[in-house]
Amino acid sequence: MAFAAGVDVGSTQTKAVIVDEGKAIVGRCLTDTGANVIRAAEQAFEEALGSANLQEEEVEFVVGTGYGRYKVTFGNTQVTEISCHGRGAVHMFPATRSVIDMGGQDTKAIKVAPTGEIIDFCMNDKCAAGTGRFLGAAASALGLPLPDLGPTALRGERPVKITTTCTVFAESEVLSWLGKGKKIEDILLGVHQSIAQRSAGLLRRVGIEEQVTFTGGVARNQAMVAALSERLGLKLNVSEESHFMGALGAALFALDHILASRQPAGAESAA
Amino acid sequence: MNQSEIVGRGNRDGARLFREWFEGLTRAAEQNRPAAYVFVMGSLAELLRVFDFPIVFPEINSLQAAVRRVAHEYLNQAEDYGYSPDICGYVKADVAVQLRGGEHPMGRIPKPRIAVLTNACNTYIKWAEIWERMYRIPTFTLDVPGSRQAGGPTWPGQRDFENDRRYVLSQLRELIPRLEEISGIRFDIDRLRETMKHANDMSLAWKRVLDLNRSQPSVFNALSDGTIYLGVSNGFRGSAEGARYFNDLADELAFKADHRIGTLTDERHRLIFVGVPCYPIFRRFSELFTEWGGTFVNSTYLWFASGGTNAGYQYDLSHPLESLAEGLLINVRDAMDSMFFQTQILADMIDNYHADGVVFHPIKSCRTVSTGLADNRRALMKLRDVPTLFIESDMMDRRVVSEAQLKNRVDAFFEGLVARKTTSAISHQPSAVSVSP
Repeated sequence: MAFAAGVDVGSTQTKAVIVDEGKAIVGRCLTDTGANVIRAAEQAFEEALGSANLQEEEVEFVVGTGYGRYKVTFGNTQVTEISCHGRGAVHMFPATRSVIDMGGQDTKAIKVAPTGEIIDFCMNDKCAAGTGRFLGAAASALGLPLPDLGPTALRGERPVKITTTCTVFAESEVLSWLGKGKKIEDILLGVHQSIAQRSAGLLRRVGIEEQVTFTGGVARNQAMVAALSERLGLKLNVSEESHFMGALGAALFALDHILASRQPAGAESAA
Repeated sequence: MNQSEIVGRGNRDGARLFREWFEGLTRAAEQNRPAAYVFVMGSLAELLRVFDFPIVFPEINSLQAAVRRVAHEYLNQAEDYGYSPDICGYVKADVAVQLRGGEHPMGRIPKPRIAVLTNACNTYIKWAEIWERMYRIPTFTLDVPGSRQAGGPTWPGQRDFENDRRYVLSQLRELIPRLEEISGIRFDIDRLRETMKHANDMSLAWKRVLDLNRSQPSVFNALSDGTIYLGVSNGFRGSAEGARYFNDLADELAFKADHRIGTLTDERHRLIFVGVPCYPIFRRFSELFTEWGGTFVNSTYLWFASGGTNAGYQYDLSHPLESLAEGLLINVRDAMDSMFFQTQILADMIDNYHADGVVFHPIKSCRTVSTGLADNRRALMKLRDVPTLFIESDMMDRRVVSEAQLKNRVDAFFEGLVARKTTSAISHQPSAVSVSP
């Protein structure tokens, strides 16, 4: 049995996934990236190996992805997280044609072919508005732990209008709403709707085509799923593995390599 | 001539001419000679050379500051002086050059005694007003109409075009006495014929150079090599050296085409570039593509930044002034069309140059070239089934250039391009992993 791994070194968290020849996930790990990116990648991989009860030498090929993909020093090659999220999303939901990936620093809208091939993509620019960081700033201003944001926002009934598009200024806007006596849940609902609006805009730039799969760490936030779904007017695919979708895509690319290398000479890809 | 002498000659000679040009400008500054400030779209260098003006292209000075990685010093100085971070980076770098008394990384820039410009870019007009206020010099803005009728361009002989020609000609006739007055040199129509002849030779060779890049592999990179050619095309337009340079360059590239000597040893992807290059990380920006075996076979930049001379327009030397007006109308219109009406131009480039991808590069500093690129991209994608990449940075300001973000997008674009080619070649599950650079 061959095993392949994908290690997704993101700006906030590092994820590792190990798959077997049948493309089933047999091991995974999620850890904070921190300042030592190389170590974070190593640690995620080691813990994923541990959870799969495998030794390092049993994993034949490793693909690094995410912003820190070149810091996966033990990896065999690198693939961007754009390709990996597309591949992972199509693997989990084969009818996927559009992907919205919301991470700590980036939000990406990706249009994919049935094969998982990237047709087009669009990302937020250097500004972190509309990303997980935006939520982090709101959580910090309200003194709430991140996991509480979604459930709190879901209790909101009269969302405030968050007008700023700047993550830095979002904090002061949140505070100003607090000063006006608005409820925390209404402020947070407004924050989620503001992010949903920006993300929907990115998706429209590449052209929304059903089905739409929501990936990345923020996809675990139920309020964000609801806000985005409402904004787009359609139901979103959200996997239990949404947080690991980039690492999963990377692991699938790694598996491709293993399987291709077993084919007779000349039968491999044109590359 | 053997291969080592001819291959690379264009880049070597281009660099030498560039140095000589700035040495000449430095001497002019030291001698306090009256300089003419002009812009790349409609420079009128052919006419200005008749009056022996040192010709200054502030756009080129500014981009050179960025290529030499000191643009931030100039931008900061202009911003400290009061210019907003949001306006054109070329303008701000030039303002700083003026505030420094002409000090520039390539030498010293003489002060302007006149600015001659067209309405090809709205910023040109406000930019020249800065010199007007700083130095109390005259600025001469040629109003060049778009020469259109029912949405299409008009041509010599057609009534609307001829009306426009008379309008431009009258402006040229108004300009000439001002140039005589400032330079102290009488207008000599035979000298104008001479400079126009050189410009004709250069335009013809420039068109040949561009056409030669249809060959496979491509013989120059429109982004990196092309920028050198553009410098000579502007700085030496109307001169014998400029005409000779482009004839030599065309011969060099024909030699490369004949001997199948490509700009890359392994050309895997032929791309078209739309917009202005990312000068603050110029070499690295180019490498983001060449690392994947991608080379730029043509660009809209080579069209508009050469003032629309890419089509090889030829002046009629028997009627120099009338022809100068005609050339100005056609070239400036072509330059602007390559920015604003580029969809069919790009579709033709894809077909003629066998391109398999188009890179759109809007920049923060310049609304003129960037506004509308998203629409142009959509329109092109409807017209041709070709992968496109949309990446944003800047031509001057490294504060808005993120190499990591650029690389991520460029890598993803190539992964998609490779997967597409692989799928189409063998109808196989895409495998981006097997083709990383």
